[in-house]
Amino acid sequence: MSAPLERADFDLIAGWVQPGERVLDLGCGDGSLLRRLIEERGAKGYGVELEDAEVLAAIGNGINVIQGNLEQGLAGFDDQTFNHVVLSRTLQTVRHTERILGEMLRVGREAVVSFPNFAYWKNRMAIMAGRMPVSEDLPYEWFDTPNLRFFTLLDFEALCARMDLVIRERQVLDDAGRLVTEEPNFLGSLAVYRLGR
Amino acid sequence: MSGVGIVSAQRAHFDQPLALKGGSVLPAFDLVYETYGTLNAAKSNAILVCHALSGNHHVAGRSADELGNPTANVGWWDNIVGPGRPLDTDRFFIVGVNNLGGCHGSTGPASPNPATGRPWGADFPVVTVEDWVDSQARLADHLGIDAWAAVMGGSLGGMQALQWTLSCPDRVRHALVIAAAPRLSAENIAFNDVARQAILTDPDFHGGHFYEHGVRPLRGLRLARMLGHITYLSDDQMAEKFGRRLRTGAGSYGFDVEFEIESYLRYQGDKFAGVFDANTYLRMTKALDYFDPAQDYDDDLARALARARAKFLVVAFTTDWRFSPERSREIVHAMVHNGQDVAYAEIDSAHGHDSFLMDEPHYHAVVDTYLKRVKL
Repeated sequence: MSAPLERADFDLIAGWVQPGERVLDLGCGDGSLLRRLIEERGAKGYGVELEDAEVLAAIGNGINVIQGNLEQGLAGFDDQTFNHVVLSRTLQTVRHTERILGEMLRVGREAVVSFPNFAYWKNRMAIMAGRMPVSEDLPYEWFDTPNLRFFTLLDFEALCARMDLVIRERQVLDDAGRLVTEEPNFLGSLAVYRLGR
Repeated sequence: MSGVGIVSAQRAHFDQPLALKGGSVLPAFDLVYETYGTLNAAKSNAILVCHALSGNHHVAGRSADELGNPTANVGWWDNIVGPGRPLDTDRFFIVGVNNLGGCHGSTGPASPNPATGRPWGADFPVVTVEDWVDSQARLADHLGIDAWAAVMGGSLGGMQALQWTLSCPDRVRHALVIAAAPRLSAENIAFNDVARQAILTDPDFHGGHFYEHGVRPLRGLRLARMLGHITYLSDDQMAEKFGRRLRTGAGSYGFDVEFEIESYLRYQGDKFAGVFDANTYLRMTKALDYFDPAQDYDDDLARALARARAKFLVVAFTTDWRFSPERSREIVHAMVHNGQDVAYAEIDSAHGHDSFLMDEPHYHAVVDTYLKRVKL
């Protein structure tokens, strides 16, 4: 039942991609987003993925998947090759945060970044109750999480300002996948940003 | 256990002259090949498997002409070809061919030169990857195959698969380029030249005309193979397989075989020298050295590959230092630059360059999964 919710950010991202545009999806998994962008939006898609099983699944989905490690940057990808470079629910797992954001806007004209908001009110409640949060968008226990970075909308926007990244658009969703318009850093569980230079 | 069972080689004769990149013209030539599976009515299910430096047309199965031999020669890529295997003979029609200049039946240096009636020897032209593709295209014509569903190969075979997409963009729908490189590095060429020097300086080489002297440059060929073999393995694998183990337990302070690795390499060298032709070895390494599709495009690989219309699967192996993953990624990034279709898998394998021949489950799953999506 939670499968569509898990990928509520895909709806937003799909709406931003125009037919014929080139998209690079970093940490593309089995290629579900790219497949949707290709089939629904007529995009030309490429993905980068590290895990063997995901690469295999992406090949099975007919995706142009390139096996590689995002921590090593995007060496080999030429400057400004893509209209959009997507990092969906992955930034919090990347150690070299600034480097990957910089690389995204080197190879693409726009970076699309989604991440779980650690300041979501349910997460705050969990902390208040003395436990690390486990939720739709932070579905791991503290001991098995792949997440390395825990940050909020305000934290991310402060980094963008520091890096001179321009926030072109921001959409925030609650844990049911509904758009949040007020108090996003409190009511939002997942944030999706369009960034440029 | 062989998947395709007993197989027999076939021979095709081509009597139209073939102009070679080096400037000479072969008036006529033969290609020896094997096929596995059945060509469908639309002739849309054919896969060409190109061989590497020491390979041949006998890709899979057991040779019919060696049935009396208890160690009958099983094809060099048997583990990937057969019913239910990645190159599924229930679905595809697989073609293996011995390259021009080879020593397993196709026209080569040991074949008679029609001008003299004697073996070509040193006079057999140096053939290139482009020449091989041109000759293989004649075989495709002969078999009635307008377009291959896929052309596939490892190492030098992968270079042929790549070249197919450039020489005949409309005749190949998928290219599987495995453990290859878009061109050799100076280090690669250096290894090849040492191998060639071993052969060229063997007193039994006789300038390439050794057939008439009733001898073969076995020492040179053996050294060439020993050197090559080192570059096919990984350091870790050698350490694990042989380490510093001695055959006799203690050093004899002489120059006989002492370390296990010496024994292994000498065995491999002797085995190879017994069955391979030195003139063919020289030409195969030259074909490797010359391969460089970007050369005519100011070394811009993306421009060189722009005319390819096939979809690509590129595969590299983590411990391959002869053609490292970085070299495969050059191909991948050139294609991404061009907006061409390419998937790339980097396989974690301990077996160095030779990994492409190994029955590694994830590697075979990648090839299997990719080929299952190939429409017939």
